[in-house]
Amino acid sequence: MEFEPVIGLEVHAQLSTKSKLFCGCSTQYGAEANTQTCPVCLGMPGTLPVLNREAVRMAVMMGLAVEAEVRPRSVFARKNYFYPDLPKGYQTSQYELPLIEHGRLRTEPEDGEPKVVGITRIHMEEDAGKSLHEGFGEGVTAIDLNRTGTPLIEIVSEPDMRSPQEAVAYLKKLHSIVRYLEICDGNMQEGSFRCDANVSIRPMGSEEFGTRTELKNLNSFRNVERAITFEMARQQEVLEDGGHITQETRLWDADKGETRSMRTKEEANDYRYFPCPDLLPLDVPETLVEEARGSLPELPDAKRERFMTEFGLKDYDASVLTTSRELAGYYERVVATGADAKLAANWTMVELLGALNKDGRDITESPISAENLGVLVQRIEDETISGKIAKQVFEPMYAEGIDPDTVIEREGLKQITDTSAIEAVVDEVIGENEGQVQQYLDGKDKVLGFFVGQVMKKTGGKANPQQVNQIVKEKLDARKG
Amino acid sequence: MVRELTLSRIRQGLREKEFSSREVTQAYLDRIEELDPRLNSFTQSFREAAMAAADAADERIARGEARPLEGVPIAHKDLLATVEGRTTCASKMLEDYRSPFDATVVERLAAAGAVVVGKTNLDEFAMGSSNETSYFGPVRNPWNTETVPGGSSGGSGAAVAARLCAGATGTDTGGSIRQPAALCGVTGLKPTYGRCSRYGLVAFASSLDQPGPMAPTAEDCAHMLGAMAGHDERDSTSVDRPVDDYPGALEGDLSGKVIGVPAEFFTEGLAPDVERAVRAALDQYRELGAEVREIHLPHYPYAIPTYQVISAAEASSNLARFDGVRYTHRTVEPENLVDMYESTRAEGFGAEVQRRIMVGTFVLSAGYYDAYYLKAQKVRTRIRDDFAKAFEEVDLIAGPTSPTAAFGIGEKAADPIAMYLSDLYTTAANLAGVPGISFPCGFSEGGLPVGMHLMANFFREDLLLNAAHRYQQATDWHTRIPEGF
Ligand SMILES: [Zn+2]
Repeated sequence: MEFEPVIGLEVHAQLSTKSKLFCGCSTQYGAEANTQTCPVCLGMPGTLPVLNREAVRMAVMMGLAVEAEVRPRSVFARKNYFYPDLPKGYQTSQYELPLIEHGRLRTEPEDGEPKVVGITRIHMEEDAGKSLHEGFGEGVTAIDLNRTGTPLIEIVSEPDMRSPQEAVAYLKKLHSIVRYLEICDGNMQEGSFRCDANVSIRPMGSEEFGTRTELKNLNSFRNVERAITFEMARQQEVLEDGGHITQETRLWDADKGETRSMRTKEEANDYRYFPCPDLLPLDVPETLVEEARGSLPELPDAKRERFMTEFGLKDYDASVLTTSRELAGYYERVVATGADAKLAANWTMVELLGALNKDGRDITESPISAENLGVLVQRIEDETISGKIAKQVFEPMYAEGIDPDTVIEREGLKQITDTSAIEAVVDEVIGENEGQVQQYLDGKDKVLGFFVGQVMKKTGGKANPQQVNQIVKEKLDARKG
Repeated sequence: MVRELTLSRIRQGLREKEFSSREVTQAYLDRIEELDPRLNSFTQSFREAAMAAADAADERIARGEARPLEGVPIAHKDLLATVEGRTTCASKMLEDYRSPFDATVVERLAAAGAVVVGKTNLDEFAMGSSNETSYFGPVRNPWNTETVPGGSSGGSGAAVAARLCAGATGTDTGGSIRQPAALCGVTGLKPTYGRCSRYGLVAFASSLDQPGPMAPTAEDCAHMLGAMAGHDERDSTSVDRPVDDYPGALEGDLSGKVIGVPAEFFTEGLAPDVERAVRAALDQYRELGAEVREIHLPHYPYAIPTYQVISAAEASSNLARFDGVRYTHRTVEPENLVDMYESTRAEGFGAEVQRRIMVGTFVLSAGYYDAYYLKAQKVRTRIRDDFAKAFEEVDLIAGPTSPTAAFGIGEKAADPIAMYLSDLYTTAANLAGVPGISFPCGFSEGGLPVGMHLMANFFREDLLLNAAHRYQQATDWHTRIPEGF
């Protein structure tokens, strides 16, 4: 039997506010343990939360970016459970009445059709602390509460995805949007952008949902894809063996490349949600929504459309160049130097991104400035160098961070466009290769390439290839008499 | 010297330099030392800090820079966080807990110049109506030390009644200021929800808790409330609204004021001697020019169960932080994490607190939430609507504060339901959020104080204080001091 997966994602994005959701403590990552805490985020007796309005503004922007509805009145609730790194014994979150509902997101899977994924809700909540189990002796757990109270949004999708690739495309798109909006740094290693996946499978064509499992600990795009793929196969095997799927939480083990059971839902907590009596209902006036709408940057979809019409790029190229705000901005600066848009797109995507990927660097860390890359493209256009030579120019630019003209000058890579200079080399080559000349005269046109190659070799590739072509042909044809 | 003086009289005497803050503070501290062993109304006293504050107050007075409560010795209920001393909540759980900050009302009273002589005993985490659930032992009522002072601010009630301090803070979740005020024969005011900041008040039931003053007279309470009230950025539920001039509102005439008396108040459970005293007080109000008329609060009988459900639900969540992980009592050598939680909480919390946590956990649990918590919230809305309707017709609502005078220690301890009924008349005000005041209006056959209860519309503390003050000018119940203290 053929099965198809039904996948929904729950994404937690840490909002880039300076201070925490309910107190003034810093949200800076990596500080010494427990230095960024106060009585409020430690949940000390008598303390009360005060909502950070900046976090609300950021969450509203996210809602608008996915075409969702912003609820004029939402409610903070308490999610009660005991855990050592949860100081109050409850997490303040939103439950029945979340800030944002009913959104949608267009995604572009790498080997598939663009697709719209529904977003059920986006709600605000505070993060918990961290339990540290290593370095304190056998059986000792230490707790760092720096992260406690950090503002998060949880973005819950509809179970709309039908392949691991679709899930990854959705996740990448969300990732790109939070970064476009500058509301989350998107760092998956540090956990500021994290994802859980709900996965079930069902016989192809079936409308009913199968029993789902929740996959946790998916800390990279690759792991999302691997974990879902593994889980699909695991579930299929269970079903084919006549077993049934248990609804449970499973942990992805990236080293072993498998998911394993964490706890079943039956033994899971009853969170006893109820409206938090310490916080008034959150009222978001229409004016604030409009203000947020006005401050929205151009988002990836709009940018992609514009790149296609304004720069004449293909859909794929435009999509790649708009995956991040920084990359799109870089490309636009390359074009702004006056460089040809399509050529600039090629050089940005193929050469530059290729080199950066190899080094594991981000576009913001590019040693070649957009302006220098623009000049390089222009040197190809104005025939100072050929496209092939340009690659030789690119390398020192990347390695040393210097401008292309300096490289061309220093290494003498300027293209030879002087006709008499080229003619002299062509004569030389013809003189040295009588045999091949005879072949040409006998009608073997293919041998033309040999002469061009020899000329290019003698000029170190610097001769203008079009000119060489033309001159070789003229001279040989002249021999025909 | 301080035995015969009210807070207002001390305030005035300090300003007019009849005596110094050093003298009165010393006098109170000596009284605490001498008399409190019979009452157990304090969890701790602050002799050194209080004397230093008194000296500083005297200097300010000498410089002519006296603030509203300069040099006046008061006490704080030990549910309010203070940097000085410990903040125990009368629980083993927080026996040695030191707060790194002061509660907002503590801060504000200090900023008004008040001197803190100590912290008063209470029912553990403010859960109780008799002050018998304190980890530090029951508080005794100075009118008869075999009876309870009421709860949960029983320590404050007893301390003020015995004149061990000029005034004290209390907190009121279902009547915890007003009921002990009634049983101890002092004046206690629960402000409108949101009038005083809850920051630093260790939460019992967040949507009901409200700190307020307890003192011999309404005038005293007016001075204290003036210092305590006001918006606080640290408490989102505190209301941003100017504070009225409470002392200035005391003298207003009562003629033309309408006092509603709910028929629902005079039920079987009401002791005849309490009813007699309250009816006499209503006659007194007629003499003062007020019109007294019968009204109805049809959902009043549901106030107690509604309160029980909501307060327990919130308490179960608020008290989750006492888990042994950080600053609290922690069980010795737990077997594992779950055992640490369970043993810590079983050892650290008393029976009443555990009972309420369990009830609260139950009413919030999946499958019971709608039947209990949600239902209670709906009834709460009805109760609030009843008040809104009533206050379209009347200025004040009057009745008894407590169905009986103080009962014997241990008398109701084994019967939680009977105990919960002590708050019959007071809890509705917390559910609705309206202010209420209790003040002495007579004595029971056994010679124990009886309290009169007035409620008013939101933010009409001025009316409550005015009405109580006019009554106190016409009567002398509030001037009685228990023998032997
Ligand atoms: Zn903090």
